Amino acid sequence: MKAPIKWLKDYVNINVSIKEYIDAMTMSGSKVEGIEDMAGGIENVVVGKIISLEKHPNADKLVVCKVDVGTEVLQVVTGAPNVKEGDYIPLAKVGAKLPGGEIKASKLRGVESYGMMCSIDELNLTKDYLPDAPDDGVYIFNGTPELGADVKDVLDLDKVVEFEITSNRPDCLSVIGLARETAATLGQDFTERKITVKEEAGGDVNELISIEIQNPELCSRYAARVVKDIKIEPSPAWMQRRLAAAGMRPINNIVDITNYVMLEYGQPLHAFDLEKIQGSKIVVRTAKEEEVIRTLDGQDRTLDSEMLVICDENCPVAVAGVMGGENSEVTDDTRVLLLESANFKGSSVRITGKKMGLRSEAAIRFEKGLDIENTIPAINRCAELIELLGAGKVVKGIADCNCKPYEERVMKLEPDRINSFLGTEISLDEMVRILNSLSFKVDTNNMTVIPPSFRNDITQFADLCEEVARFYGYNNIKSSLLSGKESTQGKKTYKQKMEDVIRYTMMSCGLNEIYTLSFASPKVYDRINIPEDHYLRNAVVISNPLGEDFSLMRTTTLPDMLKVISTNTNRNIPEAALFELAYVYFPVEGEILADERSTLTIGMYGKTSDFFVLKGAMEELLSAMGIKEYEFRPEQNAQSFHPGRTAKLFIRNKDNEMVYAAILGEVHPEVAENFECPKRTYIAMADVQVLIDASSVEKQYKQLPKFPAITRDLAVVVKDEVYVGQLMDLIEQKGGEYLEEVSLFDVYKGEQVADSMKSVAFALSFRAQERTLTDEDVNIAMERILKNLEKTFDAQLRA
Amino acid sequence: MKQQLESIQKQAMEKLAQASDLKELEELKVAYLGKKGELTQILKGMGTLSPQERPIIGQLANEIRGSLEEGILSAKNRLTRELRNERLKAEVIDVTMPGKMRPVGKKHPLTTVMDEMKDFFLGLGYEIAEGPEIELDYNSFEALNIPKNHPARDAQDTFYISENVVLRPHTSPVQIRHMMSNTPPIRIICPGRVYRSDTVDATHSPVFHQVEGLVVDKGVTMGDLVGTLQAFAKAIFGENSRIRLRPHHFPFTEPSAEVDVSCWGCDCSGCRICKGEGWVEILGAGMVHPNVLRECKIDPDIYSGFAFGVGVERITMGKYGIDDMRLLFENDVRFLKQF
Repeated sequence: MKAPIKWLKDYVNINVSIKEYIDAMTMSGSKVEGIEDMAGGIENVVVGKIISLEKHPNADKLVVCKVDVGTEVLQVVTGAPNVKEGDYIPLAKVGAKLPGGEIKASKLRGVESYGMMCSIDELNLTKDYLPDAPDDGVYIFNGTPELGADVKDVLDLDKVVEFEITSNRPDCLSVIGLARETAATLGQDFTERKITVKEEAGGDVNELISIEIQNPELCSRYAARVVKDIKIEPSPAWMQRRLAAAGMRPINNIVDITNYVMLEYGQPLHAFDLEKIQGSKIVVRTAKEEEVIRTLDGQDRTLDSEMLVICDENCPVAVAGVMGGENSEVTDDTRVLLLESANFKGSSVRITGKKMGLRSEAAIRFEKGLDIENTIPAINRCAELIELLGAGKVVKGIADCNCKPYEERVMKLEPDRINSFLGTEISLDEMVRILNSLSFKVDTNNMTVIPPSFRNDITQFADLCEEVARFYGYNNIKSSLLSGKESTQGKKTYKQKMEDVIRYTMMSCGLNEIYTLSFASPKVYDRINIPEDHYLRNAVVISNPLGEDFSLMRTTTLPDMLKVISTNTNRNIPEAALFELAYVYFPVEGEILADERSTLTIGMYGKTSDFFVLKGAMEELLSAMGIKEYEFRPEQNAQSFHPGRTAKLFIRNKDNEMVYAAILGEVHPEVAENFECPKRTYIAMADVQVLIDASSVEKQYKQLPKFPAITRDLAVVVKDEVYVGQLMDLIEQKGGEYLEEVSLFDVYKGEQVADSMKSVAFALSFRAQERTLTDEDVNIAMERILKNLEKTFDAQLRA
Repeated sequence: MKQQLESIQKQAMEKLAQASDLKELEELKVAYLGKKGELTQILKGMGTLSPQERPIIGQLANEIRGSLEEGILSAKNRLTRELRNERLKAEVIDVTMPGKMRPVGKKHPLTTVMDEMKDFFLGLGYEIAEGPEIELDYNSFEALNIPKNHPARDAQDTFYISENVVLRPHTSPVQIRHMMSNTPPIRIICPGRVYRSDTVDATHSPVFHQVEGLVVDKGVTMGDLVGTLQAFAKAIFGENSRIRLRPHHFPFTEPSAEVDVSCWGCDCSGCRICKGEGWVEILGAGMVHPNVLRECKIDPDIYSGFAFGVGVERITMGKYGIDDMRLLFENDVRFLKQF
């Protein structure tokens, strides 16, 4: 809401600087979004009269003028095409300041010039504000303003404060509402203005119009006045300027008056051509299905039974609170006017406006709920202005159909409870003073308080507390820290602790944490080679996305990690190791909400990354989470991954089952290409909940060994396709009770090993808990191991 | 013989002093003290001495042996020391060359800031509550005193999945879920991802993070809210931080406030961070609206509470001087490694 200061001053004395004013208003709850000083940067520009005008001796397009500014006559050279002798013009004298710079004495083609005649552009004003200004050339005043007077005064240049009005304060979407807040904030009185309507046309409004409200729950009050002898013409300059300053374009006297009253009183008004209203009757009802109205913007609108319309005897003539109909439009030929001031239900106006894609200044006010006691003052103010401007003659009386006469809300005033709620010690007197300044009626005998009719937001105890606190000063409330309250224990859940473990382990492994957005494009699945009908394609769909590329909730984090890797690669960053802990979202059949699964994603590329570095990070994580039983199984069928360089991780859960927990591997070269990632890009994706469910933080000390271990190396030659993991599993299985550890130390292919074969070497360590082992003990175990390797994998001991 | 012995001693001591390595020293030891060594040879000739001379010469010989042994030991120590010093000299490395340990990864600044907030509130006895990001409209709006078609819905451009399901525009639905399933005293914070339909630019992202807080108990006052936020501001922005509350409106709190913190860049004198204002808006807060308590089956005549919500991105950007929100989600490694 843009409020011109001079307009506010019609209702309240503002006796502080503009800076102090906006600070005070901000701290009492009317947030100032900006301030526009229309006179900003203008100084020493005065009214001058051109008393002579001669051709410039050396230039065809310039003229030399003598300008009378009251105290002196100045010679000014101008190129403006529109000036003539006798014109009153704004003259920027030598030393004057304009938004474009300072004026200096100068010589134009050899002739001295002591000032500049100004166009509205040079004064930083618009045609909305000064509609009589020429498109090109110097502004010429209407009438005969005082010579030498400051143009800021003559043109009424004002400061305009823009307030952010919250949805609970529709009363402040008006100059009067803001003037009331100003009065309470500055400790000034609010000046009530008495409205006088002369009703010169006489007669009786009720003989000219009758009103029927069929849906009182959607329209609680409808008031109308009739104005005869309408003369449509431009409104006076002062009104046009105020409207323009408040951000509304002046149109003609009738439209401008209704807008002026809406801005001043916060009550939207509508004007009909009464002679176009059939049957001298206004019926307020919901529309019939498929009923059509052509609105003022020339569009045919199909209505439905939820929409409230204003009808005459036959058909709709306006959509209530949203827009008027073309069939009842006020035109230059209009002779008799019907003025409407009504109270429509906010949600109804909102829904209808939304369906029609219309949201006018009027609708914005109706939506938030209006003061039913403001209907009559607003229509009277409108009538008063029509008379003042000579735009028509007002018929006697108001046709007022009021279905819900206003009832005051009597609330309890509980000063002690207010103080204990706020943590303050505000006296009753102070509370009464604050509430009175806000037009609340306080009765300290019965300890009751009645909010004014324009404060529909005040319905309960907490609302009163806010009013008291606002004007007591939020920053005067003494701070405390829940002292004396029952204590509670601050703690993280097991899941939260494990997520910390995951983060710290990943960072210890050298991975940097990333954050990506949760959206996905439906096109992304093709780019990661996901087949049609794959479950990953079944995503939660956003009905109003920012665009198709952001229209799904992601079911996989792979594309986002690849995008980040691609970004880094494209910036010539040679290597990166990254992780993200975030959710993926799956729709669940028969459920309203989605299954949100916490996912750990690892991505790496560059010379320090390979599959085994990635696997090492996963192993460190398993160790940190206390997951002891797990298995990495080769995976050839994951479409996004390299078929020969990918594994799935299975872990033993609390139900003693081996369950899928993660996939890790090199990204499929096609996918890497699609995302412009390096050829060797490594990704792991783990289901965090599965990991957490299998995790354990319980630790138990195992005694350090007392007896020495015996170590043996074992090298066998096997076919290429035999997995090292299979060999290790078998060794562990057949190693016997003393086998303590098996570790791989070499895989060799080349000379001395046949093609399609490889040599695999292990270090085995044996130990008994209660004695020193003998070579004999170990020989037996080694033989058993070798025999089984031979039998199962056709392995040969390498000499 | 005495002269002979003394000359051997003199000669030996000279040679020991000149010995340049351990091998030479060992040879000297053999040459003098060995079975065929000079001293041994001379002592073998003791039999030719008179009984009077024998103990004198014997004693002298023993003294000389002792002094030779001592000399050998000290020469050995000297040589070992020299040898070690030489080796140390040869082993000099350039300690100014870069380290080789794989660097640890860095925590994302958003996590760091959220962790700081969590730590602060855990210390004050708050639990960390979580809830789904794809949420019921009821939990996200209606239970928060924002019925359907309430004008306050305009302020939040919400993503809808269906008429009744939204991407949560704040973490307040977690507060609702918690109040519905717990009884006071309640002290929780709700960190998490939230969504609003803003296009990505330097100061907006459709996905961002909030930390909200909720306290409900008997006799909770607005002063408790002020005190909590004051302590919070000191913890996050430094000991000298002050806060300022401005009255505002949120449907789910009453009274409501927007809260500014004294600018950490200039301490209120006006700088680039606060755009010359001296204060930076950091959060919204207020006393829990009685309608919200009622909706969660908590009697507002018995209990009261406060709630607040902080935008993590804005605070992170402010704290680290990050001028473009996109940097937080772009994940350039050169950016990540700075934190």
